[in-house]
Amino acid sequence: MNVSQKEQIRVLVAKPGLDGHDRGAKVIARALRDAGFEVIYTGLHQTPEMIVRAAIEEDVHVIGMSILSGAHNALVPDVIDGVKQAGMNDALILVGGIIPEEDFEPLRKLGVHMIFTPGASLQEVVDYIQANAPKRS
Amino acid sequence: MSETKPNDLKSIEQKWKEDLEKSEKKFPPRANRFTTWSDMDVPLLSTPTDLENEGFDYVRDLGMPGEYPYTRGVQRNMYRGKLWTMRQFAGFSSAEETNKRFKLLLEHGQTGLSTAFDMPTLMGYDCDSPRSKGEVGKCGVSVSSLADMEELFKGIPLGDITTSMTINGPAIVVLMMYYAVAEKQGVAKKDVKGTLQNDILKEYIAQKEWLFPVKPAVELVVDTIEYGTENYPNWNTVSISGYHIREAGATAVQELAFTLADGLGYIDQMLKRGHSIDSFAPRLSFFFDVHNDFFEEIAKFRAARRIWARLMKERYGAKDPKSMMLRTHAQTAGVSLTAQQPYNNIVRVAVQALAAVMGGTNSLHTNSMDETLALPTDEAVMIALRTQQVLAEETGITNVVDPLGGSYFVESLTNRVEREAMEYIKKIDEMGGMIAAVERGFPQAEIANHAYHFQRLLESKDKVMVGVNKYQQQEFGRKMDTLYIDRTVEKRQIDKLHAIKANRNAADVANALRVVRENAQAGKNMCGPILEAVKHYVTLQEICDEMRGVYGIYTDVGSF
Repeated sequence: MNVSQKEQIRVLVAKPGLDGHDRGAKVIARALRDAGFEVIYTGLHQTPEMIVRAAIEEDVHVIGMSILSGAHNALVPDVIDGVKQAGMNDALILVGGIIPEEDFEPLRKLGVHMIFTPGASLQEVVDYIQANAPKRS
Repeated sequence: MSETKPNDLKSIEQKWKEDLEKSEKKFPPRANRFTTWSDMDVPLLSTPTDLENEGFDYVRDLGMPGEYPYTRGVQRNMYRGKLWTMRQFAGFSSAEETNKRFKLLLEHGQTGLSTAFDMPTLMGYDCDSPRSKGEVGKCGVSVSSLADMEELFKGIPLGDITTSMTINGPAIVVLMMYYAVAEKQGVAKKDVKGTLQNDILKEYIAQKEWLFPVKPAVELVVDTIEYGTENYPNWNTVSISGYHIREAGATAVQELAFTLADGLGYIDQMLKRGHSIDSFAPRLSFFFDVHNDFFEEIAKFRAARRIWARLMKERYGAKDPKSMMLRTHAQTAGVSLTAQQPYNNIVRVAVQALAAVMGGTNSLHTNSMDETLALPTDEAVMIALRTQQVLAEETGITNVVDPLGGSYFVESLTNRVEREAMEYIKKIDEMGGMIAAVERGFPQAEIANHAYHFQRLLESKDKVMVGVNKYQQQEFGRKMDTLYIDRTVEKRQIDKLHAIKANRNAADVANALRVVRENAQAGKNMCGPILEAVKHYVTLQEICDEMRGVYGIYTDVGSF
């Protein structure tokens, strides 16, 4: 993928829920920016509605949610429902954070494309987005 | 010793360095740099020459344990007299469940309680708020009203134990609930012992569970210091915390500097209200992370005590030795735990705990091996507690005070940590203190920069995490039973809260909230009105919403 194509990929890095652990989200946001993506970071304590609104307004290709509080099963489905209802069907949905293995399959069924847990490298995330972000013309 | 002797130290060192080059031809260094976990370069060897060059003075820089500047510890006989308090942080699900965990820990020899609250409680929301959806009881215990606190400490005599409560934004409300429970148990105010975290500055810096803008939030902290000083002489009003700063990605030096600067921030506000330093400083306590790098951590704890003592004496003119003593809790580094090969975490925790004890901590929490996966199970918590007991009872390290004192390397590193931390503190002073520094995002940016730098070091394998970026293996050890908090907890909590709300006297509630609002508007100490409100079962969120209405809310700039 060449640079001009990369520049078109817009990634929303979002922190749903009340959890304030933003180290991972900020490191990822910076790494994605350094890799040439356009990154929008929501800041902390976002409701699913706020995240959906940001995703639509910024017309992002990728929505990455960082959650460490255990609230993923309650919040992620609301975000996915919201973006689908708004007609955004092709966005790549990523989740990162502390996600127990038994929750992987249910989240995938809901429409999460990939789950990155602690130990995943920045490069893996960059490569995954480059390979899988929707192509829009 | 005569300078001309051929066997004087400087000549020996010179000769050794020449020989070293020869040795290094045979065994070249394994890396270009040798650094601490915080990426600070360390020397191959330290000798008396290093300490001489740094102007090291035993009496001035170390002194005796239990004496100024407390580098060697705050007690003369340290762990021979009293072991550190073994305090395991616990809290999950409902007050009833956490109460059971508390009793389990007390039965097994734990000597103090430590309470974790769930995210809604930390943010000042009741369990029935739409903002609380999916979060109730997840990362700690859910407390919406005094009824939850009564249940949390049911059957636990609060006059006989010490309790630590990790809460900040709405800390004033939860503290008043605790005081109310103690009062109902008939405990005398002087016997109410424990620590409230109550360190809001580090929330803006690192942990990010905030409610109000910085200035009114700091005033609330100062209200509790004031109230505690006057009414609860044995309560530690603030636990000035570096833990979260470190976990968010700070170096050891940044953790130390920002934490102490936070402490100075509260002190300056108390002095502005006309209190004398010695009236409240003895009840300020600290909380540090204890991370992977053994000597860096030990140096950090020693430097912390020395810097604080010097600042209290020299900057504030404290006279009471207790004002100068930095008493601290420590917790092993959560961020160092790995989901990969999680049993390895037991070893990490043990080494970190050893460093905390060698550094002279007064209290310690050891993390459970499964905490990177979920809240810990009973078995994992027990191994973590037993780790401390093995250190205390089997290793002999408690026999002697500050065993690394006088080590050329450790003293030199302690000097360096002190020097670099003081450079940061000076910079923050020049910005107008920590409140101003936080408002302009200075510590936040420093931490984010190092967090990113460290991640790059991991990616390049300049820093190694066993099982993560080296020695990976198929995860045969991955299957671990973890604690699962089901969603029915949320429903039960909500039902309980609604029942409590239905049984209150509406006029009392409205009146209590009016007093809270009027006090907030008048800028008066908020403790009294909040204590009165919680006794009428006015909820956490009702009180916080009233204050949000007066103070406004804080929003993060969200820079990265």
